[in-house]
Amino acid sequence: MTPAIEIRGLRAGYGDRIAIDDVDLSIARGSLTAIFGPNGGGKSTLLKCIAGLMTPRAGTISVLGEPVGVAAKRIAYVPQAEQVDWSFPITVEEVVAMGRTPLIGPLRRPSAADRAAVRAALERVDMLDAAERQIGALSGGQRRRVFLARAIASDPEIYLLDEPVTGVDPTTQEKIMNVLDDEAKRGRTVIATTHDLACAAQRFHDVVALAGRVIVHGAAQLVLDREVLEKTYGGHLVPLSGGGVMLLDDPHHSHGSHEGHE
Amino acid sequence: MNPIDLLLSPLGYDFFVRALLASALVGISCAVVGSFVVLKGMSFIGDAVSHAAFPGVVIAYLLGVPIIIGGSIAAIGTALGIGALTRRSGLRSDAVIGVLFAGMFALGVALFSAIPNFVGDLLGFLFGDVLGISVGDLAALSLLATLLIAIVALLWKELLYATFDPLGAGAAGLPVRRLDDLLLVLIAVTIVVSLQAVGIVLVVAMITTPAATAQLLVRRFDRMIGVAAVIGVTSGVIGLYASYLLDVASGASIVLVETLLFVAVLAITRLRVRSASA
Repeated sequence: MTPAIEIRGLRAGYGDRIAIDDVDLSIARGSLTAIFGPNGGGKSTLLKCIAGLMTPRAGTISVLGEPVGVAAKRIAYVPQAEQVDWSFPITVEEVVAMGRTPLIGPLRRPSAADRAAVRAALERVDMLDAAERQIGALSGGQRRRVFLARAIASDPEIYLLDEPVTGVDPTTQEKIMNVLDDEAKRGRTVIATTHDLACAAQRFHDVVALAGRVIVHGAAQLVLDREVLEKTYGGHLVPLSGGGVMLLDDPHHSHGSHEGHE
Repeated sequence: MNPIDLLLSPLGYDFFVRALLASALVGISCAVVGSFVVLKGMSFIGDAVSHAAFPGVVIAYLLGVPIIIGGSIAAIGTALGIGALTRRSGLRSDAVIGVLFAGMFALGVALFSAIPNFVGDLLGFLFGDVLGISVGDLAALSLLATLLIAIVALLWKELLYATFDPLGAGAAGLPVRRLDDLLLVLIAVTIVVSLQAVGIVLVVAMITTPAATAQLLVRRFDRMIGVAAVIGVTSGVIGLYASYLLDVASGASIVLVETLLFVAVLAITRLRVRSASA
């Protein structure tokens, strides 16, 4: 079977800044993969290229064996929380219903099956009780769960999640990771960017270390490998007196000039 | 004169009844596109497009064709030009808008000033003259309002998704750029058709103010459009009467009523928030 994602020689960036270069990556179907690396390392850029939201400068990407865009209905992309206007007058249920929109098609109304899928997705993330609330009234963790429900409602083969567990409480993180784990077990491919190395090591199967290029791609335990961390984070790694290292990395402060994209 | 007579007497004039109908249609149309404009943060585009319509209006006037056609071509061209230039030039959209806005308006002023004896009509173009609206203008307004509501209703879920989360919608395969362009065209046409009533300078208020007021009041997008329409129509009626009774410019009077409503709603909702958190 073709891999879920196959990337060859990818180069992409904003303006005159190249965020990622020379990226080769093959992600198997049914894998649960975390992409980690420093701010400005190109995590979001890579995700956006796979989602067809950015045009690469060079290289090829195939998604489910097709060029980017052909299989758009079979992928679900969840943007970073900062990129959403939380004051938008819209309810939780309406947001989740958006997941059905591409499947329903233009000029048609949602069917009973669509509405059932929306409710089932809300139930999966424990947000059915909040269906009628405005999204701005939710906590950060609830907002993440609503967007995950939208992705679930679209019944995708590939989940692309930008920072799904950043800034959420441990209980929510547990719930989100349980759902993603279940989806991977069903053969769905899950790719998420993250700053949380502990979560990457414990809850994901595979990891990709990205710092402008792919440093390593392998089993999740690699995030705890000192050599991998040094190559990935460079100067953000501080040696401790006991012999270990500490990572100084703040998910909300980009060192590059494109914080909004990274 | 007793209050009933005060309300009924202007209805004896055909021009006043036409003006009332026109204000209501403009109020509804502007509420529909205005709700998208406010939520997408495009108010400045609305202002630019209305000013950019000016040279088209003048050229149509010179050629003797309906000014709606000339104005629409200039407005749609500028609206789509702003989108295309922003994507390609690498400049921020507000800079592109500022340049095109002023440049097109200057072209209109230059053309206008070349027409002999232009002063009399200038105020009509700039500030609108809803009391001078014709039956033909009313027909055009009704057609626009009907088309606008039909298009938005048919593409509702796609427009909602692309407006709320363009990244998610684009990744799921929705034609986000074409939906954006469609919205720009709808905004441009609404502005041009509304120019007759409120004029180039004030039309942005008809688009922005009722929708912004509605956003303070409701938690759902569809209701926001409905509330904005009610505010637009109500302000149109109150503003027209005020204009008639106090003998002030109709466009300004309508916009002032909308602005007062906005301030009142803002004050009430702020007070409510403060008392809820106290």
